[in-house]
Amino acid sequence: MDEKIQKKLAILSDAAKYDVSCASSGSTRKNTGNGIGNGVAAGICHSFTDDGRCISLFKILMTNHCMYDCAYCVNRRTNDRPRATLSPQEIVDLTIGFYRRNYIEGLFLSSGVIKNPDFTMERMVLTAKKLRAEENFYGYIHLKAIPGASPELIEEAGIWADRLSVNMEIPTEPNLKKLAPEKNYPDIISPMTQIRNSILISKEERRKFRSAKQFAPAGQSTQLIVGATPETDREIILLSSGLYQNQNLKRVYFSGYLPVNDYDKRLPAISRPPLVRENRLYQSDWLMRFYHFKAEEILTEDHPFLDLDVDPKLGYALRNMHLFPVDINKADYEMILRVPGIGVLSAQKIIMARRHRRLTTLTLKELGVVLKRARYFITCNELAAKFSDWDPVRLKRQLVINTHSKYRKSPDTQLELFADFKPVLPTLH
Amino acid sequence: MKIYTYDNSFEGLLTAVFECYRRKDFPVDICARNVQSRHLFLENVDIQTDPQKAERVWNGVQAKMSDANKQLLFYAFLSEEQGIEMKIYRFLRRLFSGYMNLETDYGDLDVMALTQSSQKVKKEAMRIMQFVRFQRAKDGMFFCGIEPKFDVLPLVVTHYQKRFADQRWLIYDLQRNYGVYYDKNKVEEVEISKKQFNAFNGQVKQALLDEGEDFYQKLWCSYFKHINIEERKNLRLQLQHMPRRFWKYLPEKQAGA
Repeated sequence: MDEKIQKKLAILSDAAKYDVSCASSGSTRKNTGNGIGNGVAAGICHSFTDDGRCISLFKILMTNHCMYDCAYCVNRRTNDRPRATLSPQEIVDLTIGFYRRNYIEGLFLSSGVIKNPDFTMERMVLTAKKLRAEENFYGYIHLKAIPGASPELIEEAGIWADRLSVNMEIPTEPNLKKLAPEKNYPDIISPMTQIRNSILISKEERRKFRSAKQFAPAGQSTQLIVGATPETDREIILLSSGLYQNQNLKRVYFSGYLPVNDYDKRLPAISRPPLVRENRLYQSDWLMRFYHFKAEEILTEDHPFLDLDVDPKLGYALRNMHLFPVDINKADYEMILRVPGIGVLSAQKIIMARRHRRLTTLTLKELGVVLKRARYFITCNELAAKFSDWDPVRLKRQLVINTHSKYRKSPDTQLELFADFKPVLPTLH
Repeated sequence: MKIYTYDNSFEGLLTAVFECYRRKDFPVDICARNVQSRHLFLENVDIQTDPQKAERVWNGVQAKMSDANKQLLFYAFLSEEQGIEMKIYRFLRRLFSGYMNLETDYGDLDVMALTQSSQKVKKEAMRIMQFVRFQRAKDGMFFCGIEPKFDVLPLVVTHYQKRFADQRWLIYDLQRNYGVYYDKNKVEEVEISKKQFNAFNGQVKQALLDEGEDFYQKLWCSYFKHINIEERKNLRLQLQHMPRRFWKYLPEKQAGA
């Protein structure tokens, strides 16, 4: 019996690892005193695997049997892999066993689709319900909403779970059709919209009655695969910006494409996952969520891809040299946030500290500002350095050399032979 | 020119501050009694800890600090850094002289240093929330021995009390030799004289462990191994988030795992 569970766990955790989301933040669910677990708003990571990703939630598939045949997915129907299914009770026992030992923050349950979306979703909801109602579990639960599941089931999922997510995977509809012919966009968008509306309604009701039922208090998220299809970074960023604004998403995750089904000719042949590109996309995501950047500011139409050498904030600064240098002692918060090398926390501290006295470079350093980058873009109490008239190309080279780490790996996307190549004649169409 | 010595408790330090005001004195240094003095030829004033005086100072601090920073000085004190006493003392002098929002004056070296020290302590407390691994004993109690860099067990007690309200648990500080025990009702400080666990890594003796414990540890290790994506291997990042000094308490990081 024990051995069987162990085997199933190995198969199903191996199949679940491609889901990136592992956040346990955003929920403050309280333990009523007779149960187990609670939510911590900031989230807690309990371990870190060899790839440096955190383990916060017990991330597992209910089953890796699947009726779909999506080209990018390791669990597709046509793959010859060991398959297993855990019963709701088994998942509950594992979760509670791990949680009591402080190994995890909660459960992240996803699944392959068996029989039909409703059947799968029902079993997942049942698992969450068992945890909450039978085990008095108040820890974090993240449920994946299966595209095509009925609205009633998604409604119930939101009541038991802290966060719901519907994975988009492929950023544009034609490419989704190409790689996953059995899926369609409306099936993904409609549960997303439903979840958004239910969250808004529940928030509104809780404003009036404290006892009103919470619906997915930690919001909803989604995931996009990067590098499996030829979308530009600009398209991806505009899409995620749209999702934040229209669907009120808490997070959009990016997953660098791993060649799991390298026999499928619809997918690009790559040797390594595009980790740097993924990292740059996350940085852009942070700029939008915390640094008050608009999607259009991060990438312009003539630069549809992010620069892999420098982070997007530095890239923005180099394109907009006329905005700098910024006077640390006078500029407003929005502008200080845009200085490369100054983070949200340092910016807030700068604003507070300069009410007391004029700030110097020494203070900035103590505050945690990365002067190696920031010094080209700021003036403070001391005499200003003469960097502002530097050519952006020269400045970029200087910064790249300065921040070059000996641990840096070779770039993992293809090099461009003619990066600055402009054709003399207009292209013919 | 005087130096004040105290008993190395936070109350003792607050008493020393109180005494400075009462005697209209500004000492050159305040340091713990048992610490080798850094000064020659200075008059030594020994301060006896007085909870009442300490409380008066503490109440004064509470009245003047913003909500988010009420514990700033205590956390900074816990960092056990050399010379932290004088930083706290100078901070208090300015605070009691009527300076507003002093804790946000990051341009001042004392304020900055205190903020950084308290940040360090808070981070360690967070790590204790992350890396405690309970082992279930035969009698149903969950035990964990761990060795925090600073004395942060008191800071994480409420977290564990709320979270594991329906199980008995004991978190033991292996270095400072005391623990916190929760019996489903209240939390109390305990000291174990006859140790049934390995004082190096907190491993409970096999005979006392619950039968299911081994199974869950094995499952956890297998989960840890399988959730990893080999192609993305990044040991540096792992080490950055999970310092090596905690590895000996983590079942997933043991050699056999």
